[in-house]
Amino acid sequence: MDPAREIMKYDVAIVGGGPSGLAFAIRYRQLQPQASICLLEKGAEIGSHIISGAVMEPGPLDRLLPNWRENLPAICVPARRDEFTYLTRGGRWRLPVPPHMKNNGNFILSLSSLCRWLGEQAEALGVDLFPGFPAAAALHDENGAVIGVRCADMGREKNGRPGPNFTAGVDIHAPLTVLAEGCRGSITKTLIARHNLDQASDPQTYGLGLKELWHLPPGRAEPGLIQHSIGWPLDRKTYGGSFLYHLNDNQVYVGFVAGLDYEDPMFSPFEAFQQFKHHPSIRPLLEGGEILAAGARTLVEGGWQSLPRLEIPGMLIVGDAGGTLNVPKVKGIHMAINSAMLAAEHYAEKKTPEGYNALLRASPIGRELRRVRNIRPGFKKGLWRGIANAAFETLLAGHTPWTLHNHTDYSSLTKLSRFTQIKRGWAKRVLPPRDRPASVFFSQTAHDETQPLHLKVADTSICIDRCRTEYANPCTRFCPAGVYEMIEDDTGRHLQINAANCLHCKACDIKDPYEIITWTVPEGGSGPNYTNL
Amino acid sequence: MKILVAIKRVVDYNVRVQIKRDGSGVATDGLKMSINPFDEIALEEALRIREAGTDTQVLVVSIGSQSAQQQLRTALAMGADRALLLSTEDESQIQPPLLAHALLKLIEQESPELVLMGKQAIDDDANQTGQMLAALWGRPQATFASKIELAAGLATVTREVDEGLELIRVELPALITTDLRLNTPRFVKMPDIMKAKRKPLEIRPLVELDLEPTPHLETFAYEPPPKRQGGHKVDSVAALVATLKAKGVIE
Repeated sequence: MDPAREIMKYDVAIVGGGPSGLAFAIRYRQLQPQASICLLEKGAEIGSHIISGAVMEPGPLDRLLPNWRENLPAICVPARRDEFTYLTRGGRWRLPVPPHMKNNGNFILSLSSLCRWLGEQAEALGVDLFPGFPAAAALHDENGAVIGVRCADMGREKNGRPGPNFTAGVDIHAPLTVLAEGCRGSITKTLIARHNLDQASDPQTYGLGLKELWHLPPGRAEPGLIQHSIGWPLDRKTYGGSFLYHLNDNQVYVGFVAGLDYEDPMFSPFEAFQQFKHHPSIRPLLEGGEILAAGARTLVEGGWQSLPRLEIPGMLIVGDAGGTLNVPKVKGIHMAINSAMLAAEHYAEKKTPEGYNALLRASPIGRELRRVRNIRPGFKKGLWRGIANAAFETLLAGHTPWTLHNHTDYSSLTKLSRFTQIKRGWAKRVLPPRDRPASVFFSQTAHDETQPLHLKVADTSICIDRCRTEYANPCTRFCPAGVYEMIEDDTGRHLQINAANCLHCKACDIKDPYEIITWTVPEGGSGPNYTNL
Repeated sequence: MKILVAIKRVVDYNVRVQIKRDGSGVATDGLKMSINPFDEIALEEALRIREAGTDTQVLVVSIGSQSAQQQLRTALAMGADRALLLSTEDESQIQPPLLAHALLKLIEQESPELVLMGKQAIDDDANQTGQMLAALWGRPQATFASKIELAAGLATVTREVDEGLELIRVELPALITTDLRLNTPRFVKMPDIMKAKRKPLEIRPLVELDLEPTPHLETFAYEPPPKRQGGHKVDSVAALVATLKAKGVIE
């Protein structure tokens, strides 16, 4: 039975309180001070679910809020020096910093604290922010146009039935819905499928990023230093690398990104990250330090050729929900803000989403993505050919007459029977966290365990038989929070889903080889509580 | 009838706090702040009493920094009728005796029949303000309530005590402090958040109450609890006993 729902009417409904959603809200209110804007955020606070490296190009923020430098967000360190290295198991080789990765004039920051700060700016402009209220589904009219979103219900019991405190989610009706959910947004995913928005584009591809904040003994951190590495602990067929960003007050961000198009079914991104921290050149930096916070999130890597159509009647997609991240730059915040500002300016003038898709592709955002389009897919042929291709593409500024294609990540795993195990030579670890549950502790994630499972596995019999033989249940390894476990007891073998540990990274929704896992929004306010990641 | 509910702004219970590097306090910058969960239960109870049909006004009060307006707005969105903030930026003043004296002044002005608050705040775990206030006020108190029934000027309260449950009856006006099992607070609804923006929220500087700010507690330093040393496995019961003896845990 469908409960009675209240309806709230707004001029614009925005799904997601990240840089793109907030930038859209701010820009649109600047242009249309009378417009009513509602911004929904599934995290308990603005910023509590967002995590990124992060180094930001400040240009778009300068345009959005010209005075932002006078009142900086909590964590914001000017970039001072770049290092780019290639790691072998025992060695470290300095490479020239690729032109895309030079960070002069950029800032190291916490995307979580930047968003909290942007939230304050949006609120001051009169935007109604609703942290703790996830949008669960889009609403359509009879012609298929989007007319708003339905918020998630609160207070359902484990079996899905309304509990004593049940509160039905409100329906938000608005002439324009802006999807700003970030990478692999659950509503965006549904709408892309429903409206075939990826008909003319390649499938989206992703990476999984893991990150920790460390407090080090004095004298080790060099504020403003930005270090990236490629190579070990990854094999040459697996795309990815590390980052180390040095903050003030003896703190550093250490993180690792692995392309989710990896082939080895036994590979674990979490373990790769932890191994990286034990490299002889990294371990002395961290040893004796203390871990303060940790988290994980997938990111889009498909770029230009994977951009879906970004509009349908009543709806626009902005930022990484569409996939505007610039992979060779390892940056997406400036693109997210830029794409959202462009969308807000377009809608303020035209009063219709129509035309935004073409506008974005022809804009500097589209050109920036197009220029680097062949770099990421070039790594499909291995690390060295990838680097050679990247150098060639950079030299030609993307003027090659071809476009390399992207492939789905769920289909990239090789079956165990055909896979020769890679000897990774990974070391015994001593640095914290000991394991994934210990890492989850530092994300401060929480889900009320009386609610229905928000991770839906369509057919768990596949897990028990087919997946076990074909891939040895890779979900138990790719999930950075250890949400998925295969348990054997008297009743046999079954899949246990520790949904309370979920970090909302969406890796399972992307990488599961049978496409049977669907990530849906849990009750509002559930999930990680990042403040400085 | 008028119910006064006192709430405190605290770091959310899901958030893991850290001590500031210089040991001067708990780092709260950027952390999620919420209504103290026990106070939220007190507010929920007040709302349920009102919804049970009596003509009731619910006044919610907080003492603290300007940011506590956020928690008062949440309380208004849950259903409180009015809110009042006694504002002070000096956190060291927020100690049970001073809070009790401040609330007493408000009671004298507002004359509530019932004062509800959590049994303790989850930040300092003092568990004192309610008891002190009842004593100053000279009215009955019922602490650690897990059930409240009101009838004919009396409150019948089930208290959670160490030995089990205790049933007491107090004459109104009275003060009741609430325990975890009393109720489960409601979820805030989005339309109510919008309505709450138009409800009255008055801010008065705490100094206007003319209280003698005599800090009874002085904090010297904060320290995190000692780090747990890693354990190790022993092979047999005999080895376990030997290890425990060696550590002086058993004789």
